[in-house]
Parts: sequence; structure tokens; C-alpha cells
Amino acid sequence: MYLLKYILKRIGLMLLTFLVIFTMCFVFVKLLPNMPAEQFGKDMELILKRREMLGYDKPIIEQYVYYLFGRTGYIYDKLDINGNRIQSKDSQGNLLWESRIVKDEHGNTVYKTDADGNYLNADGAITKDPALYVPVTEPILDKDGNKIPVYEQETVYDKSKIPEGVEYIRKGMGGIIRGYFGTSEVLYLGSDVWEIFARKIPYTVALNIYSILLSIPLGIALGIFAALKKNKWQDHVISTGVMIFVSVPSFIYAFLVQYILYFKLGWTPPVANAMGGAWSWTFFTSIIAAILSMSFGTIAGFARYTRAELTEVLTNEYMLLARTKGLTKAQAVVRHALRNAMVVIFPMILGEFISIMSGSLIIEQMFSIPGVGELYIKSIQAQPTPDYNFFMLLTGFYTLIGLSAGIIIDISYGIIDPRIRMGAR
Amino acid sequence: MDKKQFEIYDSIPKEKFAFASGGDMLHDQKFDTKPVGYIRDAFNRFKKNKASLAAAIIILLLALYAIIGPFLVNSNYQDSYATEKTIISYKELLPRLKIFDGTGFLDGSKTVDVTENIYTRYKGIAIETGHNPVQKVYKEYITKDETNRDVQMYRIRLNTYFANSAFTLTLTKDQYDDLQAWQDENKIQVILPRANNPVNNENRMLLPDVWYDCDSRGNAKLDKDGNLVPSYYTTGEDNYTSIMRLAGDPYNQGNVEGRWRYAQRTGTASKGYNYVVRVSSYNYFQYKFGFEPAFAFGTNSSGYDIFSRLASGARFSFLLAIVVSVINLTIGAIYGAIEGYFGGAVDMVMERISDILSGVPFMVVTVLFQLHLASKVGVVGSLIYAFILTGWIGMASTVRMQFYRFKNQEYVLAARTLGAKDWRLIWKHIFPNTLGTIITSSVLVIPGVIFSETSLSYLGIINLDSATMSSVGSMLSAGQSVMTSAPHVVLFPALFIALLEISFNLFGNGLRDAFNPSLRGVEG
Repeated sequence: MYLLKYILKRIGLMLLTFLVIFTMCFVFVKLLPNMPAEQFGKDMELILKRREMLGYDKPIIEQYVYYLFGRTGYIYDKLDINGNRIQSKDSQGNLLWESRIVKDEHGNTVYKTDADGNYLNADGAITKDPALYVPVTEPILDKDGNKIPVYEQETVYDKSKIPEGVEYIRKGMGGIIRGYFGTSEVLYLGSDVWEIFARKIPYTVALNIYSILLSIPLGIALGIFAALKKNKWQDHVISTGVMIFVSVPSFIYAFLVQYILYFKLGWTPPVANAMGGAWSWTFFTSIIAAILSMSFGTIAGFARYTRAELTEVLTNEYMLLARTKGLTKAQAVVRHALRNAMVVIFPMILGEFISIMSGSLIIEQMFSIPGVGELYIKSIQAQPTPDYNFFMLLTGFYTLIGLSAGIIIDISYGIIDPRIRMGAR
Repeated sequence: MDKKQFEIYDSIPKEKFAFASGGDMLHDQKFDTKPVGYIRDAFNRFKKNKASLAAAIIILLLALYAIIGPFLVNSNYQDSYATEKTIISYKELLPRLKIFDGTGFLDGSKTVDVTENIYTRYKGIAIETGHNPVQKVYKEYITKDETNRDVQMYRIRLNTYFANSAFTLTLTKDQYDDLQAWQDENKIQVILPRANNPVNNENRMLLPDVWYDCDSRGNAKLDKDGNLVPSYYTTGEDNYTSIMRLAGDPYNQGNVEGRWRYAQRTGTASKGYNYVVRVSSYNYFQYKFGFEPAFAFGTNSSGYDIFSRLASGARFSFLLAIVVSVINLTIGAIYGAIEGYFGGAVDMVMERISDILSGVPFMVVTVLFQLHLASKVGVVGSLIYAFILTGWIGMASTVRMQFYRFKNQEYVLAARTLGAKDWRLIWKHIFPNTLGTIITSSVLVIPGVIFSETSLSYLGIINLDSATMSSVGSMLSAGQSVMTSAPHVVLFPALFIALLEISFNLFGNGLRDAFNPSLRGVEG
């Protein structure tokens, strides 16, 4: 009963904290100038209409209400036969967004040609240099004046769910309570922010799961070994290594790992190969360097805590009792010492598992892993202004991860060892 | 009580009394040792920790490097912009100290495999400028190219300082004369005769180092003795008055008409002439900057000296970390003291505030501050604000903890009974107890700040790069792209950060053990 109350209280406080942070962020972001609509050139009209629908001209409070709860009205997406969006309209039938660069059925960009099929440059002159070709940005008409079906390269939707060639209602201007986090204005022009995010998160999770599977067992094992060999040379070697790996930032080993594995030995590719999806073998093999770079710090951290906890537990009198009643050293360590040491280590493992969602920004950036961390950095660095909708979504995401990791660790202490009452007086 | 009982004591004769110590005065024994205060005691303990002591020395050395490093290099060079041709031609040079020349270590050389074509070019450079880029030929061997033809290859030790030997400049009359005067004065051949530079087929660029006759593929045409055949300009006016001339110049034999031309004059007499000259990079560098190029850490991909750039980055990191640490310490100590001392509702409200602030990811704070304030207070200013906004929370909670521990102890109660005011209790009686913790955590804050600053500038979220200044993070990210050709560009900043972080952590741990012996070994 106590625990339940405690958990509810913590979660309530967490949500309150989250709401305050999120609101503050929204206000600060809204105080910044939006990307000038002229920057969008031909899309200016669409962007302005969309902004008007989202209430960008209204006071910030009102915008925030729209952002959270949405507005009435829907966006209609027109999809091609592959399920890719080519057009968005609002409920009044106003055009909001349209596919910009025309692709042929093989996913290749369609370039402007003259009647004989010669490529043209921007001035309309015939050119042979592929760098000067001009992509077609409007629907092309065939001889009879019908639109030739066009294809977007990025596949966003689940093809199987989409009726063939029909106009399809996607999401309303839902607000985040209905899962609509806005549309990208800079980075993935016109795409739904949440869909891009959902597409990217598996890569981050995969990277972090691999790293955790490698580092937690190894870290704990090293810690146990060091504790059992306390003050012998093995312990000194491990402790020195731990000291180094805990202190040095992970991107420094990332350089080293990349240099050795890629430049010197040529075993790994320089950047991640995400062609086969997040759980494919090719992706796994291509991010081995990243996994290693991420793991060193975690291994060292776990080794350090395990060693510290275990050495303390091993000096307890019940260990002596366990040995006197006839247990072997191994039995005593595994059944008594390790279990007690786990009281501190287990919550750490849980915290680590929570933070697999967030992952490492810097490692993702370094190895070009198409995960959320890279997305975050890209959205911040986007020119001419950061992509605010991505920024808001990912800020909320990282904040939530950070806050929930904290309370899960605290709660797990209480569950694992009922004597510990976090936050009790 | 019976009064009579004590009467016998009244009548003890005086003689019966004697001094216990035979009349000597009694003194407390005087201490021979000096009193040991809290700080002194901690320092004594700290001295016993060899690793921390070593770390402290390394930190001092790194700080010394950060302070005086930029002055050790010619600032003239460092202040030039990367548009300066001399600098551009000196990119990705390897570390070189002149005292190590020829030793194979820190001599600016690397081992490379080159084709016949390039090998000849290096030979040409050696003949023309006297600086031989080929330190040593390890072996000559033959491999097959894509079309299965035999290719002659050389594995050589290449001095990177001499390899990129010449470039073309357009000078005004005054500059041209000045350069010639400098040449005569120092007896160093800077201006090389203009050559009919061939176009290199592979990357379609003029090779200013090639002065000999060769075919369109860049293969040298040799004379019957196997020597390179000079292909210099022998016509045109060059207004060359300097006494410095290359050895093979026909002018030296008195052949004025067929002499090599050291410049190509352009423009008209009325508007003033310009001179297109080919200069030796190594010697022009000496003319321009007044010293022979030798960079202890090499140069980066824009041609900047890594040694002084890293030092300026390090100086910035140190300064930032110290400023942030001091400010956070002050705010955190005051906030934590108020929270801890007053407790109750005050504590709860203040704790909520710091809870909320600590929940905001640091990246978000930095980005928002950069976007809002960078135009008003500059990149560095807004970075400091970002560090301060959430940085003091750790310090505040440490101090709060200490206040909770001490505020109900008897000596505080005694002081309160004697009428001490709140402020006096906080400042005089409780706060000194937190001093050890504060010193320790303010030292441990420094590597954290440097790490964050490095990560942010590595990711490009803050940009501190300019011609004269850099940050360790942006040096790392710039070096990553040239890691194949020049790993040293990333090596030195990485080494610096690694060393700094390890030393600060060791030093901080040593301090913690020294100030709080009871905490020793808690964290491994």
C-alpha cells in the first residue's frame, strides 16, 4: 500500500515536472522567429496556409492549446499507388503540401528534358553534365494532358494498409494528445514529425540494446573478479582500466576504434549501413565499431560499482557465518554476497535499459547511424532555422526518458529491498 | 549535619602542609609540533596519494600549456587567415621539431608508396629548391595497375614539409621588389623561374612544382644522361634584379638573352605592373613569417598550427570551466544553505524548482540559449548561461545534505541558545563543515564542463572557430574527416581531452579522500 502510494506520487510529480518543462520549451521556441515563408519559394502559399491552420498568428497560449489538443478539421492526404503521399489538403480543399521532386517508378529523380530527350540545365540549354540537370518539380503531363503518376522516394506508410489509388484521410490536426506532433518545415519538408521519429527510433534502440547486451554482463563480471581479487595485481589492472574508461569521453575511444577497425584493419565500414532495417544483420555488422565505442564507458561504470558494492558486502559478518556453516567460497559469494550487492546494481541495470531509448547523440552522429540522436542534432542544425517541431518532439522525448529513468530506479530500490524507503521521512 | 565533625579540619597545623611538586610551578607540556588545521590535515592526506599528486602535476602542466602555448608560436602565422596561400599549401603537415630532423621521429615525415611519376616530381623538387622531400628510399617494387600493366613504385620516407614545394603568386611591384631584397639579404632563393607547368591529368590542376619537360601524363622526358630537362620561360620581361639565381641558369654563364625568367610581367606601365611569380613554399614561408616551418603538433587541414590552436582551445576550456565552476559553486552553496537550513516548506518549494530545472536535458538548454541569446551576448556568453542554469543543482543538493546533517547538532543548538542569528549560524557554524565537499565537487565539476563543451562543439551546436581561436571539440570534428590522410590532426586534441579528463578525475577523487577520509573507497 505504501509502495503504491509512493509510486503514484512519484508519477504524478513526474508528469507535473514534465508538463512544466515542456510548456516552458514550447514558449521559448515560439518566441523565436519562424522560418520566413519566402524561403520555401513555390511552397510559400502552402506553408502559410498550414501555419494559419495551426494558429501561428494567434497568441502563444492559444497555439499551445492547439498544439496539445488540436483543432477541428482534417488534413486529407493524397497518396499514390505505393502509398506515398503526393499531396495534402485541408478540409476546405485548400492545397497544403505537394510532393516537390518528381520521381519515376524506379525511385530515380526525373530531370527536365527537351522533346528529344536531351537534359536541360537551369537556363533551358542542353547540357551533358549531370550536376547541372534540373529536377522536375511539377507533375508532368502526358500527350493527352493527363498527369503521369509520380512517386516520392521516401516510404512513410505501411503499404498494406492503404487502399489502392484512393484519397485517404490521414490524421486530423490532432494535437499531441492524438499523436500529431506537427509537420516538419525544414528537415523533411511536409512529412509528419512523428512518422519520421517512429522510423528512426528502432536504429537507436538496436544500437543501445547491442551495447547493453555486451557491456552489462562484461562489466559485472569484471567487477566481481576485481572484488574477489581485491588488492592483487588483477584488481589493480582492472581498477586502472576502469578509471581510464570512466574518465575519457566515449567519443575519444570512438576515434580510436574507428581508426583501428576501419582505417587500419578495414573490418568495419566507416558509416552505418541501414539499408536492411534496424534489426538486420548488415546493420549489426556495420555498427560494431559504434557498439564498442558506446560500451567501454558502460562496462567501466558497471565494473566500478560492482567492485565497490561487492567489496563492502564481502566484509560483512554474515559472509563469515556462511563460510563457517560450511558453504564453499563460491557458494557464499553467489548466494549471499552477490545477492546483496545486486540491491544497488539492479536499479542501475534498469536505468540503463530505460536510457537505451535515448542512446548516445554523439556516437550516432559520428557513425552516421540514422537514429533519433542524429535526427535531434540535424533538427537543431537545420538551416536557416532549426526544425522546431522535431525539436519539440525530441525534447519532450528526452525529458520524459530522463525523468522516468529516475523514478524507475527509485521505485526498483523499494521493490528489491523493502527496507529501503526512498523519500520516506 | 553535625558541625563538630568538621572542626578537626580547622585545627590542622600549617606545618603539615607541603607543596605537592616541591615548590615548582606546574605547566602543561608544551607541544613541539605545529597545530594542524583542517586544510593542512587534508593536504597531508592528499600528499600521500601518489596517483592524485601525479594527476595534479599533469593538470598543472596542461594548464601551463594552455596559458603559454599560444605565445610560443609566431602569432603572425596564427593571425593570418586560411585564405593566405602559404597557409593553404601547408595543410596536414606532420609534427616536426627541428632538433629531431633525420631521426625518423617527429621529423615531419611519413612512409608512403608513390609512383614513378610522383617520385620524379620529388626528385625535381630536391634539385630545384635544395630541400629533398625523399628522406629515404626503403624499396623499389613493381605492381600491376587496373589495366594489368606493370607500374614502378617506390616506398619512401617523405618529408611533408618539402613535398608541396611551390605555388604561384601575383605580386605588385613593391611586393616583388621587397621579396627580391629579402632574398639578397638572407641568401635564400625564394623566387623560382617561371615554368611551363603541365596539367596533371588526374585532377586537372596545374602542378607548380613541375619545372621539367614532361608529357601530358606527367612523365618526365629525360635527356640522354637521364637528367631532367628544364622547361623554364626564357622570354619576356621579368625585371628580376636579385643576385639569387638557380645553379643551371644560363645567366650565370653570361648568357643574358637565354636567361631564365623569374616572373611574368602583366599589366601596363601606366597602371603599374603586376608580377606573376612562382615561389618555393618553404622559403616563402620564411620570408612571410620569419621562421622556418616546423610545427610541433603539425598543421590541420586548413594549414593552421595545431599546437597553438589546441592551446587556445584548451585555454578557453579551462577558463570556461573555472568561471562556470565558481559561479555554480556560489549559487549552489547559497541555494543549498537556504534549503537545508530552513527546511520544511521553503525546502519543498525550492526542491521542486531545482527538480524541474534538473529535468531539462542540457542539450535543450544550450540550444535554446544559443538561439535566444547568442546574438545578444555572444556564443560564449550564452554557453555560460546554459551551464549555470542547471549546473548549480548538484552543488546545491550536496550543500543541502550537509546542512541537514549539521543543523540539529548540539553545538549549533548551543550557539543558537547564546543568541546567534540565523545568518551567523549558517555562515560561521554550519557552512565551514561543507567546505571540503564544496572544494571537492567544484573540482569535479571542471572535467564535466570541459566534456560538455567539447561534445557541444564537436557536434557543431556551438561554434567557436575562427582564425585565431578554436575549441577542442571542433578540432576533433574537423580532424575526423581527414583521419585517413592525417590522423595526427585528431590525435592531439583527443590526447589532450583524455589526459585532462583522467587527471581531473584522479585529482578530484584524491581531494575527496583527503577532505572526507570516511568516504574513501566508496566509489572504487
